[in-house]
Parts: sequence; structure tokens; C-alpha cells
Amino acid sequence: MAPVVPRSGDAVFANVERVNAELFTLTYGAIVRQLLTDLEEVEEVNKQLDQMGYNIGVRLIDEFLAKSNISRCVDFKETAEVIAKVGFKMFLGVTATVTNWDVEGTSCSLVLEDNPLVEFVELPDTCQGLYYCNILSGVIRGALEMVSMKTEVTWVRDMLHGDDAYELRVKLIKQVPEEYPYKDDE
Amino acid sequence: MGREVAESCVDAVVIEMVSAFCQKFYSAEPELAARRIEAIGYQVGHQLVERYTMDCPRFTDHLEAIKFICKEFWSELFKKQIDNLKTNHRGTFVLQDNMFRWIARISPNPLQENSTESSTPNNDNQAAQTTSMHLYFPCGIIRGALTSLGIPCAVSADISNRPACSFVVRIKA
Repeated sequence: MAPVVPRSGDAVFANVERVNAELFTLTYGAIVRQLLTDLEEVEEVNKQLDQMGYNIGVRLIDEFLAKSNISRCVDFKETAEVIAKVGFKMFLGVTATVTNWDVEGTSCSLVLEDNPLVEFVELPDTCQGLYYCNILSGVIRGALEMVSMKTEVTWVRDMLHGDDAYELRVKLIKQVPEEYPYKDDE
Repeated sequence: MGREVAESCVDAVVIEMVSAFCQKFYSAEPELAARRIEAIGYQVGHQLVERYTMDCPRFTDHLEAIKFICKEFWSELFKKQIDNLKTNHRGTFVLQDNMFRWIARISPNPLQENSTESSTPNNDNQAAQTTSMHLYFPCGIIRGALTSLGIPCAVSADISNRPACSFVVRIKA
């Protein structure tokens, strides 16, 4: 079988069904607002957003793998690059940068300067503890878990809190190698 | 066309939202879950119209406003217009989309390949309830949009003829 060439983020994004980003931004914003009204505690909302993100990530990974033709990543460094350049691009239409690797290569930062989730969003004083984009951390965690990587994803910088970018710290906790029931042919 | 995102992003958050409100927050009170989902749609519709009509004067009558929803508004959201508009000239309008884009998300095939579930009355009920829950979202969007145009109304949906979906708008006097 001819090798399948992995697609670039731009190419995949150009090929998926796309919609007006405003619909997405406003829908997400309305959901967050409703959660704040119903759950009242900002910490609770953070948790819910993360859980929702996790549920989404667990399913989204299939679409990602199918559309991007990405084969198994050699190491976590490659995984991070793929998330930043292909993952973010094919869903959100923006790319992230990978920085701040630790010595072991198991922990890095994903930095987003452009984030469609937060267009026109301002946090009121009562919600300063809210991680508005927490759905993203859940999505990454859920998706990676489906490819056998247990990770911890936390926010380092948040523009809605006055920082200059969105920065997620992704730490690989455990990698469970896939076990094949039979040997490779080669 | 302004900035875009993948359609699966919208699908994903809406599916999660309906699931969270139906199964987690208001699992024993579907009425409340429905109201929350509709309220979220309302917010979206209201804000969308506010933005689209910033530079335009208000519509002169109800029909003009409904036509805006059928054409420009629907196109922004679904890349197509409403296919059929009916009215009884007494405040009720029926907006029919013959290929409602969200049908696939709203009512996934209940009998999936690797599912051992069969079509029992219980499963059918479940599926029907999930479907109607999902429909509260677009109904809310339409209601929010029209309210933003100064037209208070009630909106319900009918997908007995899928993939077509009909939205019934009853304008409040």
C-alpha cells in the first residue's frame, strides 16, 4: 500500500465543513454564561468545562486521525507539534506554538495568540477565577488519552486575565504503549 | 465571509451542552433542561441579529423581519436559505428547511453498526426525547433573533419529515 502522506493543518482545514466562527463563539459564550448562572461557583464551571472538553476530545480524536492522515507520532515532542499545527488548525482555524520544553521532553507549553473562543469576551469582576477556555484543556486531555497518553493540562497564561497570550502547559504523565496481538510483518 | 471554524466544533459543543443539561444537571426535570437549552439558543440568536443589523434600519413589518430570518440570517448560519415560507396571515409563520444541516447531529441513527441496542419502545422514547431536546437550541436561536428585531414570539420545531425541519413561529400580539 502506498504510504499515506500526512496533511498540513491548512490543507485539512480547507477540506472540512466550516461555519461562521461567530456562531461558535456566541454558542460557547452562551453555554458558559448559563453554566455560571446555574452552577454559581466559578470553580464548578471550570470543572464542567473541562469535563465537557474531555468528552469532546475523546470523540474528536477519531475525526482528527481520519482527516489528517497523521500516523503514529515518534515521541511526545512530535505529538505536541501535531496538536499545535494540525489539531488546532483543522478545528479552530488557528495554529499554536510549542515552547518551553523541559529537559526530559515530557512537558511543554502550547501558546495561542489568536483564539476564536474569546472574541468579544470580557470577564466581569465576579468571574476572575474563571478559566473561560477550559474546554480546550479538557479536549486535549481527552484526545491524548485515546491515543494512550495520560496528561495533565493546566493554564499558565490567559488573555482574559490580562496576560498577553493563552498558554497551556501539557505534561505527559504516563504513556501506555499499544500492544499488538500479533507481530509486525516486517 | 468572516472568520471560520470547523463545523464539528459547533456540533461538538452543542451535543455536549444538551447532554450535560439533560443527563447531568436536570436529569429529573426535562422541562428545566429544555428551558435552559432554549435560553442558550435565545442568547445566540439575539446577539447574532444585534450584530448583523447594527448598520441597518429596523424592519417595517413582521413579514420583512421573517424574510430576513429566512434569507440573510439563515444563510449566515447554514449557508443556505429557508426553502419554504408559509403564513396564515394571522401571526403564524412556518419556516421550512428541506435539508436542515443539524439533522444529522440532532437525530443520529439509533441503530448503529456496533450497537446491540434494538428499537425497543424505551430506546425509541429516549431517542425521541434527545431529538426534541436538541431542537430547543435552533428554536431558541430563532426566537432570540426575532425578539432582537422587536418581535416577541414562540417557536417550535417539527422534524416528522426529515431531513426537512419546519419551524413554527407564533407571533405574540
